[in-house]
Amino acid sequence: MSQAARIDEIVAAHVHREGPLLPILRDVQAELGCVSAEAETQVALALNLSRAEVHGVVSFYHDLSERPDPRPCVEICRAEACQARGAEALMDAARAAAGERVRLADVYCLGLCSVGPNAKLGDEVHARLDAARLASLIASA
Amino acid sequence: MTYERQKDFGTPEVLAETQVTLIIDGREVTVPAGTSVMRAAAECGGSIPKLCATDNMKAFGSCRLCLVEIEGRKGTPASCTTPAEQGMVVATQTPRLEKLRRGVMELYISDHPLDCLTCSANNDCELQDQAAAVGLRDVRYGYEGADHLGAPVDTSNPYFDFDPSKCIVCSRCVRACDEVQGTLALTIDGRGFASMVSAGQTGDDFLSSECVSCGACVQACPTATLQEKSVKEIGKPERSVVTTCAYCGVGCTFRAEMRGEQLVRMVPWKDGKANRGHSCVKGRFAWGYANHADRITSPMIRETIHEPWREVSWDEALAYTAGKLNAIKAQYGARALGGITSSRCTNEETFLVQKLVRAGFGSNNVDTCARVCHSPTGYGLKTTFGTSAGTQDFDSVMQADVMLVIGANPTDAHPVFASRMKRRLRQGAKLIVIDPRRIDLVRTPHVSAEHHLALRPGTNVAVLTAMAHVIVTEGLVDQAFVAERCDVDAFEDWARFVSDERHSPEFLAEVTGVPATTLREAARLYAKGPNSAIYYGLGVTEHSQGSSTVMAIANLAMATGNIGRPGVGVNPLRGQNNVQGACDMGSFPHELSGYRHISDGDTRALFEADWQVSLDDDPGLRIPNMLDAALDGSFRAIYIQGEDILQSDPDTRHVAAGLAAMDCVIVHDLFLNETANYAHVFLPGSTFLEKDGTFTNAERRIQLVRKVMEPANGLQDWQVTQALANAMGLGWTYTHPREIMDEIARLTPSFEGVSFERLDEQGSLQWPVNEANPDGSPVMHVDGFVRGKGLFVVTDYVPTDEKTGLRFPLLLTTGRILSQYNVGAQTRRTANVVWHEEDVLEIHPVDAENRGLKSGDWVRLASRKGETTLRAKVTDRVAPGVVYTTFHHPETQANVVTTDYSDWATNCPEYKVTAVQVSRSNGPSDWQENYAELADRSRRIAPAEPAE
Repeated sequence: MSQAARIDEIVAAHVHREGPLLPILRDVQAELGCVSAEAETQVALALNLSRAEVHGVVSFYHDLSERPDPRPCVEICRAEACQARGAEALMDAARAAAGERVRLADVYCLGLCSVGPNAKLGDEVHARLDAARLASLIASA
Repeated sequence: MTYERQKDFGTPEVLAETQVTLIIDGREVTVPAGTSVMRAAAECGGSIPKLCATDNMKAFGSCRLCLVEIEGRKGTPASCTTPAEQGMVVATQTPRLEKLRRGVMELYISDHPLDCLTCSANNDCELQDQAAAVGLRDVRYGYEGADHLGAPVDTSNPYFDFDPSKCIVCSRCVRACDEVQGTLALTIDGRGFASMVSAGQTGDDFLSSECVSCGACVQACPTATLQEKSVKEIGKPERSVVTTCAYCGVGCTFRAEMRGEQLVRMVPWKDGKANRGHSCVKGRFAWGYANHADRITSPMIRETIHEPWREVSWDEALAYTAGKLNAIKAQYGARALGGITSSRCTNEETFLVQKLVRAGFGSNNVDTCARVCHSPTGYGLKTTFGTSAGTQDFDSVMQADVMLVIGANPTDAHPVFASRMKRRLRQGAKLIVIDPRRIDLVRTPHVSAEHHLALRPGTNVAVLTAMAHVIVTEGLVDQAFVAERCDVDAFEDWARFVSDERHSPEFLAEVTGVPATTLREAARLYAKGPNSAIYYGLGVTEHSQGSSTVMAIANLAMATGNIGRPGVGVNPLRGQNNVQGACDMGSFPHELSGYRHISDGDTRALFEADWQVSLDDDPGLRIPNMLDAALDGSFRAIYIQGEDILQSDPDTRHVAAGLAAMDCVIVHDLFLNETANYAHVFLPGSTFLEKDGTFTNAERRIQLVRKVMEPANGLQDWQVTQALANAMGLGWTYTHPREIMDEIARLTPSFEGVSFERLDEQGSLQWPVNEANPDGSPVMHVDGFVRGKGLFVVTDYVPTDEKTGLRFPLLLTTGRILSQYNVGAQTRRTANVVWHEEDVLEIHPVDAENRGLKSGDWVRLASRKGETTLRAKVTDRVAPGVVYTTFHHPETQANVVTTDYSDWATNCPEYKVTAVQVSRSNGPSDWQENYAELADRSRRIAPAEPAE
């Protein structure tokens, strides 16, 4: 199935919801790895929005990207509580472990402030990280 | 007059019955409830610092500069988003606020180039003003951190630049595009520090984005980020003059901002009641034609059209012309002479041309370009309602619940009004579109029509009568309205007629191509309202049944009681700036000003006494009849002011033959237009920037046109007409157009209370302006129809004689595009050509495939009348069997193809229906080649003779 046909299906699945744009974009991102300019245009036409509007939303959210990045991604919390529990000191080791192979993304709070530093890989959140555990998490990505 | 920006109250005006009184900085002020504290402060002379607020869009509360302190409240709320309340005590200047504002300003300036002296907005920049207002002296953060100063400038739009290095991301441009224009072409790309204003998507620039170049963003920008190229080139304006746009019938008023004799920019006037501070790409930007190299500024004459033109003095040109006209009159009689007034010129100029024809030439052979556009409106609305004009003002649309748009394409042809319509539609009003083509309004971001009736061209009457059938047979008639306001016998006849089964949607579906269920639903929606308004254009009038369609529209409005109050009505969208005015001024051969028949002795006596002449009581010739009469030798001379009939009128070859047969063709225009190729005298015209006068827009609004620069040709158009009249011995002595308006008011009851003085005081007046309506009439037929009882007229659908068949299987319909204007004499001579450099033929994919065509192919477009060539564009905007093109370019001459069929009542040509065939082509048609050669030869100007 072509990407365009798949996007049509995704749109059809959500178009009747109130505020269908975000669920559509999330599904497109999840299935196609990005929301390309062509995908933005297709979604805009389908929802009767302007191309600019959809682009504004795609470019706003970290979780949506215009170009695919096939690398695995580890999200590391850089917010105040994790910083207070030493997250900043882990970053050099994290970068070394990631190299070019893994993408590191900053996030601000994963909701586990009392057990930081925290990071997320896929749908799993990992708590009480030190440099070694974070490095091995990244290595496993 | 020194240059000043129009006062900005920060947030929009609120209309509310309840008033609240509050105290701001010790001053008591009373405002309508719901008004922001910011606006309340501005109302009492204060000015709270602000950057993201401006009074033509909703408060946004993002710049954090407009903070105030309110007694009894914690914190420092933003005054733009805080509504004024009864008894509120507000302080706008305190040490705490000053410190906060300075801190905010420091952040803005830490990422802003400090090049004020060389910036195009120097001394006209809100950021600069606010930095001064908050007393910014230094920036603690320094200038070493990350910034946007290296961001590249987007110069893709021909009229303005986008320089993101100067942007403070206040979102005013984005909001202007959303709220004011309704195109939503701009967004904020990214987030946080990386936030940037962006046109369209990644990889777009302004030109490739959805931007329609209306300029609302440029006007909204508080810095030099979005700036007119003309300001960059010329500098800050030093004075401004309020005047009226000379493009479409919306009648936008502008401040022409000047530096010396040079126009720097046009900025929509916020107090303009037609446009409410908005504009389109044509009005705001496309004025460069006024100084185009093609402009002719010297009079020219020649004995035959085969000779080159000879530049002569005004005296020689006028004496030559008057001599010719007098000789023709002496030899062939007064009826051999005629004239055409222009809907592009002022009321005063138009009035003088028809006066010259009637009083000077001595015939009633005067007509106007309304003949080929809205003459059926005049006839149809006069017959049914009693007056030849639309019933509403533009503001009325904001109270409409249902809009029925038929045969009009507002986003292209009346873009400023279309923005108002879209705003109302975004608020929830419903839309029905009746058009063979899927116009933008059918589906455009945040607007989509409930029903699009994509009828076959030429079946308007059938569709409207079928709607009437549904309304009558389903019991949706407003019986009380009909009983009280309309001629009941005529209604009964009409109701019986439309109820007949042969007018049912089911019966007519095959003819119209509109599914019966869609038509029924549309009719019910219109009837349900409660406020339903009809807007229509030339897709209604330019048909063999144009007048019947207008009357069918009037019937629907009366049957459902949608007349006589705000939010409803029958609204013709007028094509040209002064087509309403030209009609009002007595430009038709059978009517004197104010639509009074020439055969009416009392009216004629009034004019005869004033003008000291005797008038012919026989209606004169219409344009097509003049051309026919020229061919049979009885019509020999014509004075054409500001109209290019060769390109604009149907069946070009017939027009050319008619003109070629005349002894004296006088063209009075800015450019050597196509008609001038057949002319013997060329009188140079003046642009709207160079003259005083008035235009009347589609809502009957009379507005002043003010001279902002001296005429390049030395004379305003009314002066040229007067000079010609005097050369013929008429002895006219007008010294200013206001005297002409005084004469119009004296002779025309509906203009009785109009004068330049009153227009200057009030900004504008909507006729009728008389004893009963001293301040004019925004909505007509409020207490009853002008003709007494509204008249229902039976409208039998008669198919046009222009039929498709084996040789010509497709139907051609024509229209306009946003960036170009009619024959393009002006817009083709501006940078607007980047959007539309040639006319293209839209064709449905099925029809294209059958002919082996793809987008971009050259095709031959042939009808029974003639053929031309142009490029194809394959699109499903048009239905199978229908093709569409525009008529802006003389190289195409779409009207070579159109026929001389016309409206049964008014001779308005049937531009909208021509049976054609489309096939591949490899070059221009014979006509195109021959005509191009003739045009080149005819435009030669002989070199000036060496001075003695």
